[in-house]
Amino acid sequence: MVTRLSLRAHGGAIATRAVNWLSRLSGRGEGTVAGGRVGLAICPTLLQQLARGREIVLVSGTNGKTTTTAMVAAGWGGEVATNATGANMPAGHVAALVNSRSLRAVLEVDEAWLGQVVEAVQPAVVILLNLSRDQLDRANEVRQLAQRWRAVFSLRGQRDVTVIANANDPLVVFATANAAVQWCDVPTPWLSDATSCPNCTKPLARDSSSYGCSCGFTKPTTATTILRDELTVGGREVKLDLSLPGLFNRANAAMALSALDVLHVDLGNAAQRISTLERIAGRFETRRWKEHRIRLFLAKNPAGFTAALSTIGNTGSDVWVAINARGADGRDPSWLYDVPFELLKGHRVWCWGDRRLDLAARLDYGGVDVRVVDDERDVPVSSGVVTLLANYTAFSDFLAKSQSC
Amino acid sequence: MLKIAVLYPDLLGTYGDAGNGLVVAQRAERRGIDVSLTMVEMTDQIPEADLYLLGGGEDGPQRLACELLAGQEFAPRVADGAYVVAVCAGLQLLGQSFSIEGDAVVPGLGIVDVTTRRGSSRSVGDLLVSVGDHLLVGFENHGGVTMLGEGVEPLGALRLGRGNDGSVDGYCVDRIWATYAHGPVMALNPWFADTVLAAVLARPLEPLVTMADRLYAERCQTLLRG
Ligand SMILES: [Zn+2]
Repeated sequence: MVTRLSLRAHGGAIATRAVNWLSRLSGRGEGTVAGGRVGLAICPTLLQQLARGREIVLVSGTNGKTTTTAMVAAGWGGEVATNATGANMPAGHVAALVNSRSLRAVLEVDEAWLGQVVEAVQPAVVILLNLSRDQLDRANEVRQLAQRWRAVFSLRGQRDVTVIANANDPLVVFATANAAVQWCDVPTPWLSDATSCPNCTKPLARDSSSYGCSCGFTKPTTATTILRDELTVGGREVKLDLSLPGLFNRANAAMALSALDVLHVDLGNAAQRISTLERIAGRFETRRWKEHRIRLFLAKNPAGFTAALSTIGNTGSDVWVAINARGADGRDPSWLYDVPFELLKGHRVWCWGDRRLDLAARLDYGGVDVRVVDDERDVPVSSGVVTLLANYTAFSDFLAKSQSC
Repeated sequence: MLKIAVLYPDLLGTYGDAGNGLVVAQRAERRGIDVSLTMVEMTDQIPEADLYLLGGGEDGPQRLACELLAGQEFAPRVADGAYVVAVCAGLQLLGQSFSIEGDAVVPGLGIVDVTTRRGSSRSVGDLLVSVGDHLLVGFENHGGVTMLGEGVEPLGALRLGRGNDGSVDGYCVDRIWATYAHGPVMALNPWFADTVLAAVLARPLEPLVTMADRLYAERCQTLLRG
């Protein structure tokens, strides 16, 4: 290991590896969470001990965590410890660090766990992408999350952490008021969760490039990363030619590169490595299933759907949308009415998943040409590539049964 | 022209509540009725309308929405004959007072004689309410306990969920309906949307078949099964 572990932590690490190995062997999946849980039960300070001596980047936010984490890992180059399977709570972090001796680690962190994980791993850099409504049946209120983040970065011990923060998201700006921040001015289309001031709740005044409130809360003007048609990081222009689609992925890449800049990674090389990424845990990938060719998008909340819908052309191709409401999805699909599904007018849309009727009723009221199937095997083959938008468990199911093209 | 106004979706729209506006407008339009649907944001003047819709929101935005409504021609228009459907935070702020942000008691608009205090835990989950011969299905996520004043009838009796106080949900007075079923409750319950629409238009409606009928049947079946 990279650092000396206590005897107890050593036992925890061995147990983590053993459980994960057994779980892979028995075909019960990657087992990253199971192993990590056992490890933490044996040694509650296992994460602290595993993190000691490493240079760690944390990535949190409602949307883009997994993608941005993969971008930091790829851009850094060489071996980087990471929780690529998306297990983004401490048990997943333990498993990621047990599996790699690399002194460099990038970890995706669930928004609600950010405080505990920052304290445990003492990261060098934290990337805060955005905050918006997601799984409100569990997290309740997005403003409360912003408050909790703010408390994390107000602690004296946390002042050495460099926070890479999205200056266009008022909730993120509010959350980092007391942190050592490097601001990123990157496109952020979804702002419906911050129309009133996070500081005093009065209306935020907006124009095309800024926002502010009479209480003094305002968009930071000192961004060191600026993404327009060109990307500038710390005054230098960086060439960014991504294989991944969409403006939101350019924004994710800009923030990943800003973190790597803090760690003195050569940005030209890093950008090149990031640009070669074509898929991230199946996201954005074109896959084959039976006779169909399908491009996969994971979209699990209004902001994510808005971003994904913006990449679909105006007419023609078939679109599939699959919505479940199992544990990892949140049990309440009310948010379907916050998604601008009207953008799908002109497409034939096929719906399936546990909550296909909630979805179909939403699309029907939105004037979209919608067809419901009880089983996706009933969808006829389309001549071109179809687009599948799916929330978490529906996406995972489909990923498991389809193949790479 | 039937005028529908969704009030402050930018403050009271946490759970897709603005969808109720879309649903009522669509159900009127598909019956050949001329409709205007206005999203009234917090910096706008409240326009005259036949039906106002209020959604749910977080503590701070709820307080702000209440202040904004108090300073506008809202209560007088309701007294003059406008109809209102309010969910969640909207239900609370029409009342005498509500508690938010810790235990601060905030005066409501006082349009309906109900008061809301903070409950000991949040109510999160499926909601099923008997309303006359109908079932109302929905999802609730709130921390309030609402007590109805004398003469204020609940919307219905609870079959599942916590609603106002564990026994009834919402209220129904004069031209106002309120429920803790947040979000697109009118999308989930086509009969409820049509009850409101028929009342506002003061005439019976011809039947309308939509995808939402299948959704309603499925949700009833799922929730009755428990
Ligand atoms: Zn303010």
